[in-house]
Amino acid sequence: MSRLIAAMSGGVDSAVAAARAVDAGHDVTGVHLALSRNPRSYRSGARGCCSIEDAGDARRAADVLGIPFYVWDMSDEFADAVVDDFVAEYEAGRTPNPCLRCNEKIKFAAVLDRALALGFDGVVTGHYAQLREGASGEVEMHRAIDAGKDQSYVLGVLTQEQLAHSHFPLGDTDKPAVRAEAERRGLTVAHKPDSHDICFVADGDNAGWLRDKLGPRPGTVVDEDGEVLREHDGAYAFTIGQRRGLRLGVPADDGKPRFVLDIEPVSGTVTVGPREQLRVDALECIRPLWAGAAPDGRLEGTVQLRAHGDEHVAVVELVEATGTVQVELRDPAFGIAPGQACVIYDGTRVVGSATIARTRRLTTA
Amino acid sequence: MNDSGTTVYLDHAATTPMWPEAIAVMTEELGRIGNASSLHTSGRAARRTVEESREVIAECLGARPSEVVFCSGGTEANNLAIKGLFWSRRAADPARDRIVFSAIEHHALLDPVTWLATHEGARIDTTPVCREGRIVIDALREAVDRDPASVAAVTTMWANNELGTIQPIDEVVAIAQAHGIPVHSDAVQAAGYVPLDFAASGLDAMTVTAHKLGGPVGIGALVIKREIEPTPLMHGGGQERDLRSGTIGVPLIAAFATALQITVRRQAQDVERIERLRQRLVDGVRRVVPDAIVNGDPEPGPDHRLPNIAHITFPGCEGDAMLMLLDAQGIECSTGSACAAGVPQPSHVLLAMGYDDVAARGSLRFSLGHSSTEADVDALIAALPGVHARARAASLVRDAS
Repeated sequence: MSRLIAAMSGGVDSAVAAARAVDAGHDVTGVHLALSRNPRSYRSGARGCCSIEDAGDARRAADVLGIPFYVWDMSDEFADAVVDDFVAEYEAGRTPNPCLRCNEKIKFAAVLDRALALGFDGVVTGHYAQLREGASGEVEMHRAIDAGKDQSYVLGVLTQEQLAHSHFPLGDTDKPAVRAEAERRGLTVAHKPDSHDICFVADGDNAGWLRDKLGPRPGTVVDEDGEVLREHDGAYAFTIGQRRGLRLGVPADDGKPRFVLDIEPVSGTVTVGPREQLRVDALECIRPLWAGAAPDGRLEGTVQLRAHGDEHVAVVELVEATGTVQVELRDPAFGIAPGQACVIYDGTRVVGSATIARTRRLTTA
Repeated sequence: MNDSGTTVYLDHAATTPMWPEAIAVMTEELGRIGNASSLHTSGRAARRTVEESREVIAECLGARPSEVVFCSGGTEANNLAIKGLFWSRRAADPARDRIVFSAIEHHALLDPVTWLATHEGARIDTTPVCREGRIVIDALREAVDRDPASVAAVTTMWANNELGTIQPIDEVVAIAQAHGIPVHSDAVQAAGYVPLDFAASGLDAMTVTAHKLGGPVGIGALVIKREIEPTPLMHGGGQERDLRSGTIGVPLIAAFATALQITVRRQAQDVERIERLRQRLVDGVRRVVPDAIVNGDPEPGPDHRLPNIAHITFPGCEGDAMLMLLDAQGIECSTGSACAAGVPQPSHVLLAMGYDDVAARGSLRFSLGHSSTEADVDALIAALPGVHARARAASLVRDAS
């Protein structure tokens, strides 16, 4: 038996995960993380993880399970490590994933550290991923059996130390079965919709939220020849690979759709062009985090470049001298932005992750 | 769980167990039919119970029966008092748009006053407090005397709910009455632990609630002079002097009267016993956590502080971590405040007293009551060293991150 903190968002997954931890004989204490300094400013209702309603749902689930329940105020940590980082990354023309960041810095760091200091043995969450014991006793993280729900990508930032104190009881179950189990257990959140988007962007309007934070930063949208197609009031409203909402007015010469190819944050210049220019064959990544030992030499495996994105067969190499990770894709990816995480797999096993710094095309299409 | 495997309840200022006699009276009344406003025999019987209860409560509080207006509890009584007085006094003279208020009031008064400021144009003068949690009476005098004709009402709680500091109600009353300004006091925490004499106090209105003194939750009273007519919050059947419409809760009122009667009868001996327990608690905490700071007025007695509250700062710890660890051992206390989402916010009372955010978050309130025992206190002291060490470690982790 372990003493575990169950991180309970108020959703169905974390409620069932906590229930399974109780069934497994652990001494479980439910904790809801208050991430907003002003709960009303974050997404409300069923869609996010930060509202008063969600705290109430989490409390009700804990009541049903008969476990203690507390709210931990992590709003300062969240603002510093996740929200400020999110803003800074967009300001620098990159595309961050705040969920990875939250897992790395909050759920499996600030929360886990606090839990361990308070005498708990680890943290249980409702993430869809599987933990197994490896050949030499280390903890391996594998993809969930429900490919549609698999969340190993957003957990790819976890180190062995973090994994050794983590419990993901839902990795062997598909979502419909989790909902059915919640219903069977009398958890009122059984039919609550899944959360989407970014919890701290209240209305889902990413660009509008960034505009409020960063103010207008006028710039231009240009084509590959540098011809100005329109003006804009903030490059942060654009993401590499974006096609919709460009409002270019005039069609391209060849009549084909155009996509955001590049964002230059200092001048605010957004370059658009045809899809083939989005093709990426190689990545240079920084800040690697390994789930276990760092790979020795070249690793032939797969990489995933966005949440719920495709797997790409790849050769991954850690460059010891620079601490960077070079990734050669065997099949090209499209619309990959610096700032996104490259999570590296060996089969179903997560090897580690790194942040994409640069992308390259091997041949001009 | 603690060694004995039972709950150690040290949160009597939140709510205290009902007296068995009050439970018996309430249970009996729940089995009876009769709307106290009906004219038939059952109605008259219910009415008789209500009026007899009102007489008991009035006698216990030094008030006349007609001055006791039943309502749902402390929050409603405070809302009726402050909104009602503001509306009626301003209606009589539009110049009266100020409320003289204190910085340490409970949310049940702070929030209606804030609402009046936001929605009704009330101007608020907030009296500051000293480090011990007592209002600075000269500041209140200045606020009133500056322009007495513009003051709609003055309100100051009898005893603070977080530190137990007793306020100089006599002086507040003297200052306001020199100008004919009505004075309200929230006596929710004081009732049961200090003698309350409404007539002798000179107050115009006073809030009490049953569940803080061994009665049921859901019933309280605004004690208010006959000649004062606040604008009601509830309109309807005209019950309770037309000040609080709504069918009268006979079982709740009967149990309230029983609880108050027992509390007042036993008050002298219970207060002495509880004060000794508090001393045992404070001594014990200081023994096992030498750097703990006991907040508020160190002097006991009805002019200083309540006998049952020990408010303690544990430097380098977070109160909510300690609360959780104590709770895991069956020991229940309070961090002093909670908001809707359960996110611990630093108490506005402690901040007003000059504590910083960190000290405010690092404090716990232990409150004793009629059922408290030496064993309760000893269980806390036995658990505290381990809890304190863990909470301090967790706090260091947090600072480091």
